Amino acid sequence: MGTNVEIEKPLSQWASAHFGAGAELKALKRLSGGASQETWAFEVVAGGVTHPLILRRAPGGVAAARSSEAVSLATEAALLGATTKAGVRVPEVLYVSAPGSALGEAFVMRRVAGETLGRKILRDEEFAVARTRLTRDCGEALAGIHAVPTDGLPELPRSLGEDQIAKYEAIYRGFDLPRPVFELAFSWLKANAPKPAKPVLVHGDFRLGNLIVDANGLGAVLDWELAHAGDPREDIAWVCVNSWRFGQSEKRVGGFGDLPEMLDAYAAAGGARFTPDEIDWWEILGSLKWGVMCMIMYSAYKTGADPSVERAAIGRRVSENEIDLINLFEGLRRHA
Amino acid sequence: MHDAPSAKELIEAVKAFIDKTAAPQLTGHAAFHARVASNVLATVLREMEIRPVAEAAEQARLESLLGVSGESVESLNRRLCEEIRSDRMSLSTEGLLAHLKSTTIAQLSVDQPGYSGLRSAAR
Repeated sequence: MGTNVEIEKPLSQWASAHFGAGAELKALKRLSGGASQETWAFEVVAGGVTHPLILRRAPGGVAAARSSEAVSLATEAALLGATTKAGVRVPEVLYVSAPGSALGEAFVMRRVAGETLGRKILRDEEFAVARTRLTRDCGEALAGIHAVPTDGLPELPRSLGEDQIAKYEAIYRGFDLPRPVFELAFSWLKANAPKPAKPVLVHGDFRLGNLIVDANGLGAVLDWELAHAGDPREDIAWVCVNSWRFGQSEKRVGGFGDLPEMLDAYAAAGGARFTPDEIDWWEILGSLKWGVMCMIMYSAYKTGADPSVERAAIGRRVSENEIDLINLFEGLRRHA
Repeated sequence: MHDAPSAKELIEAVKAFIDKTAAPQLTGHAAFHARVASNVLATVLREMEIRPVAEAAEQARLESLLGVSGESVESLNRRLCEEIRSDRMSLSTEGLLAHLKSTTIAQLSVDQPGYSGLRSAAR
């Protein structure tokens, strides 16, 4: 883990180079967050103006072997640049620091004001107007992301629906903890797989928690670590998975919106025209994936890698995904 | 073996200690983990109450679905997984989804009784 001392000097040097001599580094603070990444908040005061910024950095400045599907920080920074150009609201990248430099593998971006906590966005009065706009904002943002030309991007992992089924099924079987609902979901997904779409840039984790929302709606799309070349319906469905509705199940899009409205905004912004029932398969895959991910987190307890009570307890959330899958299957039957 | 205090009473005592004494003195990560620990004990208490009846019902449903008896719930569930994996059973199998729904509702009543999907399932 990086320390303030290790980071302060190279960051100050960069601030002076970028904002001019006399630029002052302030309020450097490690934020809680992913184990695979360091995230720091800081400010630079230059010419009487305060610039709130974020540093994303490999742990200790040195990229460890990351999980196979996570993209590098340099790729993440390149994606932010490309999506900015495409008109998607993302934080502006100011600096990319190379591996081996004093700061190490890292990048600096502007800190966008707003809220990321799902429960607050869905319930607090200050987001009442934002909630009326968020569904359309998300549809437009996704259309923008999916339209980014992939030939100008660093090479991305490619993961279509069938790749994900194979990956998560292998992990699930590896645990040898049979769960009939997951078994049914794997079988059903394989038997009913849609025709693969032409791969596009997929965000990979587009949901409340990774979106900055301000009083006017969507402020910025964060957390591009899981970006890949994939099926656009994956992103559209992921924000619909009930785990990300934070208790507001009746609103399919993130607990705040209706899917037809998001799909209309998506198509109006240049995206393909999808119908809600084309999203069902992907939402079932999404719920199943999150269920297997909860099993992965529990396995960190079981193997002793993380002996915390929190890791143990997450194993008792797998059944949340099972009921979501059952509700989705019942929905399919009602519409059949 | 005696039952005074019972396992339930002991867990309740530890939970009360965490909630009323320990947690209020903690901050940050430790306070968060104390809350999780208290929730875990609540899960264990629900499990002690619900599991015996729920698992007996699950066993009876599995035996009828699979036409097998005299096996543990775990072994019956392995059989059920194998039936589904080999496509001998599917979403269209009479009674399968209803069985899985009853089992999952019982499981969630232990694990996360406040989960939104449980309310949706009850509708």
